[in-house]
Amino acid sequence: MYQYNDIDQTLVDERVAQFRRQTEQYLKGEISEDEFRALRLRNGLYVQIHAPMLRVAGPYGLFNATQFRKLAHIARTYDKNYCHFTTRQNVQFNWPKLEEVPDILAELATVQMHAIQTSGNCMRNTTSDHLAGVSIDEIEDPRPYCEIIRQWTTLHPEFDYLPRKFKMAVSGSVHDRAATQFHDIGLHLVKNDAGEVGFKVLVGGGLGRTPVIGQVIKPYLEKKHLLSYLEAILRIYNLFGRRDNKYKARIKILVKESGLAKFSALVENEWLHLRDSNELSDARINAIKAQFTPPAYINNADIDTSFIDQQQEHKAFATWVKFNTTAHKTAGYRAVFLSLKAPDVAPGDVTDFQLDAVADLADKYSFGEIRSTHRQNLILADVNQADLFTLWQQLVSLNLATPNIGTVTDMICCPGLDFCSLANAGSIGIAKEINEALDDIDYIHDIGDLKINMSGCMNGCAHQSVGHIGILGVDKKGTEWYQITLGGSSENDAAIGDRLGPAVAKDQITKAITTILDVYIKNRLNDEPFLTMVNRVGVTPFKEQVYADS
Amino acid sequence: MQIVKDNQLIDNSWKYVADDAELVDGDITISLLRWEKDHQQLLAHEGKLGLRIAPNDSVDEMAANLKGIDLVELDFPDFADGRLFSHAWYLRSRFGYQGEIRATGHFMPDQVFYLSRVGVNAFAPEKVEYLPFVLTNLNDFTVEYQNSIN
Repeated sequence: MYQYNDIDQTLVDERVAQFRRQTEQYLKGEISEDEFRALRLRNGLYVQIHAPMLRVAGPYGLFNATQFRKLAHIARTYDKNYCHFTTRQNVQFNWPKLEEVPDILAELATVQMHAIQTSGNCMRNTTSDHLAGVSIDEIEDPRPYCEIIRQWTTLHPEFDYLPRKFKMAVSGSVHDRAATQFHDIGLHLVKNDAGEVGFKVLVGGGLGRTPVIGQVIKPYLEKKHLLSYLEAILRIYNLFGRRDNKYKARIKILVKESGLAKFSALVENEWLHLRDSNELSDARINAIKAQFTPPAYINNADIDTSFIDQQQEHKAFATWVKFNTTAHKTAGYRAVFLSLKAPDVAPGDVTDFQLDAVADLADKYSFGEIRSTHRQNLILADVNQADLFTLWQQLVSLNLATPNIGTVTDMICCPGLDFCSLANAGSIGIAKEINEALDDIDYIHDIGDLKINMSGCMNGCAHQSVGHIGILGVDKKGTEWYQITLGGSSENDAAIGDRLGPAVAKDQITKAITTILDVYIKNRLNDEPFLTMVNRVGVTPFKEQVYADS
Repeated sequence: MQIVKDNQLIDNSWKYVADDAELVDGDITISLLRWEKDHQQLLAHEGKLGLRIAPNDSVDEMAANLKGIDLVELDFPDFADGRLFSHAWYLRSRFGYQGEIRATGHFMPDQVFYLSRVGVNAFAPEKVEYLPFVLTNLNDFTVEYQNSIN
């Protein structure tokens, strides 16, 4: 994992000092409300319904145990004993006091963390594959490039006041787990015909109000040109992106309105001026790569197969292994998901006690590192299979072992009307209700791979438009209603879900979801997954049943 | 009013002449439109000449009109309009412009560090009481991740 050098540390320390000064000036009336808003957003600070909300960066979803202990400490000292993991692999605190935020940021800086550019119309935290470095289908570890991009985007002087927010994601595997087709810029590490590894560059993807699948602007970009090419795209966007209407200001609209051909010609022309003067050297790439070397795996860890016997003795353990662990490229190791989707917990929430406990487990079983996923769970990525049973027992006692990863109750959910000032409808309550309706774990496992994404408003923070089942909260004359979409996907087979029909009332949404699941169970062919069936039969059979009584 | 130039407080000698106003003596800035329209008359002007650039002004047009220009004012209608940061970058790093680049209008004293990094070397903030903030905030950071123009 990347460790800060003196420059990194000085930068975050100076950022804390700057924001402390800005907060003091604001409280004295020397900075206007409007101006302070722009400044605080660039330090992750929103003002929400109940209190400010602070979003802390989780750079490409990577944390260490010390950082988790610090998050626990902050939750305990400055907040209400919990925090929330987001779809951008970040961490949110829901109850900080404005005056204390500089202190929180100073605490974060002591463990190489910050909240820089986690909101505002600027380049945001770069996200990546949560299985980076350990997945079996990896072409190359994307994390060094994420770190290079993190540094380049941080306090970039020219691109801090863009038309709108700007998000990038990098994937290094064949299977796209980073939703790169739905980012302003998506980067795929790919091999060219000569066997060299470079980037396929996608542009103009995005979710929110107008979901758009990104288009390939550069099928193969040499690594040395990564930053000059990003710079060219950002400069063209900064100059030509719309600023007259915030709903049309994302790069996806610029690409759409100008057409990919014209947009890429502008970028190409700009890039030709830049590319020879700003090359990424092999030395630089290798220096960053050296910070992501594999941990000291035990040789022959696969010889101890006791966990197979333990699975035979303990059915619950076997189920957990099946759903909450995944293959690892090193023999004898597995990556372990910690489910933040226990039935009685708001999706993505974790308490100070759990954070401390996870830090200890990471130290003991996974080389002191923890990852967050864009589906709002945690991962211990490097667990020896011989430790799985003990780890499972401890996770059970921490309420972090619900065996539902990738299933219907592993919902992505935004904070909704309970916390967010943008929301039109509640989402946490609906997630709870759906969980209560689906209380049979065998039924959940029988349904298999099914992703429900639920957002409380059009901004779509929970990526509802790419959920296999998407639920979108809308306001109808002051009451909460929910639109349903089917067939979305954020993976390789990227698709935007189709509307099922008219929105359903709050007291009908859970029933609508269980009806959809029943239609699937009755009509699937053999082991056909939900998404495959929706693609085969369309929305009609679901629609007929959901609206049958209305 | 005073301004900050090259990290110093100095007296401002420049006047902006609006498109519909009569030219005045001394050092003046005018819009690109005026510069193109009254070009011959302006070439005969006794004081120095500067251009006042708005975010909407085309970079290419700006580049084509830099000869004989001693000052480029980047005039912010709104601090959130980041296009002028790119204009500054182009002036310094692509067009080799060596004269003064001055931020004017509605920019924040909290933006001067970034502005200086893309090549702006003078600041005429909206309010005189911002001048000390400009001077202080120019030193917000001692480190940086990207190449700088300044």
